[in-house]
Amino acid sequence: MGELMREVVIISGKGGTGKTSLTAAFAHLAQNKVICDLDVDAPDLHLLLAPRVLEEHAFISGHIAIIDQDRCTGCGTCLEMCRFGAVIDQQATCSINPLECEGCKVCVTFCPEQAIAFPDRHCGTWYKSQTRFGPMVHAQLFPGQENSGRLVSLLKKEARLEAEKIGADLVLCDGSPGIGCPVISSLSQAHLAVIVTEPTPSGVHDLQRVAQLCEHFRIQVAVIINKYDLNLGHSQKITQLCQDRGYTLVGQLPHDPVVTEAMIQGKAVTEVETTNFADQVRTIWEAITRLIEK
Amino acid sequence: MIVAVASGKGGTGKTSVTTSLAVVWDRPLVVADLDVDEPNVHLFLHPEMQKTRIATLPIPIVDESKCTRCGLCAELCQFKAITLMGKLIMTFPEMCHGCGGCMAICPEQAIATGQRELGVMEQGVSRGHIVTLTGRLRIGEAMSPPLMNFVRLAMHQEVAKNGADVLIDAPPGVSCPAMSAVADSDIIVLVTEPTPFGFYDFTLAWEAFSPLGKPMAVVINRAGLGDTRVYDFCKEKKLPVLAEIPFRRDIAEHYAQGLILSELDAALGESFVALRDRLRAMNGGAYA
Repeated sequence: MGELMREVVIISGKGGTGKTSLTAAFAHLAQNKVICDLDVDAPDLHLLLAPRVLEEHAFISGHIAIIDQDRCTGCGTCLEMCRFGAVIDQQATCSINPLECEGCKVCVTFCPEQAIAFPDRHCGTWYKSQTRFGPMVHAQLFPGQENSGRLVSLLKKEARLEAEKIGADLVLCDGSPGIGCPVISSLSQAHLAVIVTEPTPSGVHDLQRVAQLCEHFRIQVAVIINKYDLNLGHSQKITQLCQDRGYTLVGQLPHDPVVTEAMIQGKAVTEVETTNFADQVRTIWEAITRLIEK
Repeated sequence: MIVAVASGKGGTGKTSVTTSLAVVWDRPLVVADLDVDEPNVHLFLHPEMQKTRIATLPIPIVDESKCTRCGLCAELCQFKAITLMGKLIMTFPEMCHGCGGCMAICPEQAIATGQRELGVMEQGVSRGHIVTLTGRLRIGEAMSPPLMNFVRLAMHQEVAKNGADVLIDAPPGVSCPAMSAVADSDIIVLVTEPTPFGFYDFTLAWEAFSPLGKPMAVVINRAGLGDTRVYDFCKEKKLPVLAEIPFRRDIAEHYAQGLILSELDAALGESFVALRDRLRAMNGGAYA
């Protein structure tokens, strides 16, 4: 089964282009899959899929430095050596700003008083759940935490294991915006990146950057232009870009309030009564299926 | 006054609010685009580029002739960026966080400082008086915060020159990059939309930023779409809603053309002037 299993990641570069609404629809349409929300920072897919949590696990990753105020002599070694500006100078002693601490252990190692503890960092929670569309693996990073890349890798691993266990041939992932750490982790071992964009200057700009990232990691790219009718000129530009760079344009969707209406009902857009929009999403999903079957 | 424009969810209109405020600002102003993954401010403010600087991270370069394979560096490194396998010392520059621990601990001083390019910072001027600072992460680079710190430093240097105000366009989300984007601000403006996704991510952002103890204000974009939960939440948490941008197709089309929201019509222009004045009033009325 492992050889046949396919992993599709829905990303966008720019936020708010419709990744999650479309992922929910694809989760509705796809057969025999495991669903995975890799936007661990601001996850939204659960709002449409209403997962019933079966397992809940703490996500422990990295460490954090904590200075024992009784043993600190205020010598300033940590202050001088910390490259992340995480040490707060309180004159008599020093303390650590947990929001800036990178968990590098430099202060812990060089403190002449050995006054700095280095406990594990509890960064969030991850879940194995069941939804009306099948099993789902998801997480919530605690606000302000780091290590989102490691959590993304963990979720992908768990989703693959689950897919092997139940004999699913697809892992369908909702990604996060941007091109940094969590997005890079979400692309690892993916078979196809589906980039959802919009015909705006930001949409075009951000598509180019995230698609270049996919090229950098040699991941096949498919593109969906959402709200294509907002600006036909930019839609044309995206179509041309796809042709020039060898990305597959799998479809264009209009600006349609049905997406928000479905969201308010907690449904995938393909679950509400048959609409033209939903039919177009079905056609797009068929095109994606053909790409991953190749 | 430093104002950070943030949101949990992406695409709620952070850049529209930042650029709209920028063009109605009537004091010296720096606009810092700290969404270094996907910077967009320049697409609307079209700054005239003045200089570009490369930002780097210090990474280890091991002098194998001096290295005794003691393994202290590999033991210290928390990011698996330097490892000892038998007699082989290896570095993985992409994994390095630039803490400098390996260089400091090496008893032979066998580790020199190399550089990994994080991206660039572009400095420009828009409309003759708005200083723009844009961080642009190198494609394939995973770490945005160190590049953001580079831009933050430049931002403080600009402010020191003439006491300019700053508008920060923050990245979406509520993890480390978003936190470091708002760290310098006096006020955080949360831009949201009244949809289920917008509301949920808004509560996450509120939860993430509340411990910072900074005043927060809210701009509701696409007002009229969705439901009223975000309004109820703001009332309950005493978060002032300083502006609302209606859900209108002509606004979406205007944005799609790369135009600035506050310049679409007189009413929108006035609402951003009012937003500017309310932010100042919130900040103690220093310039009101």
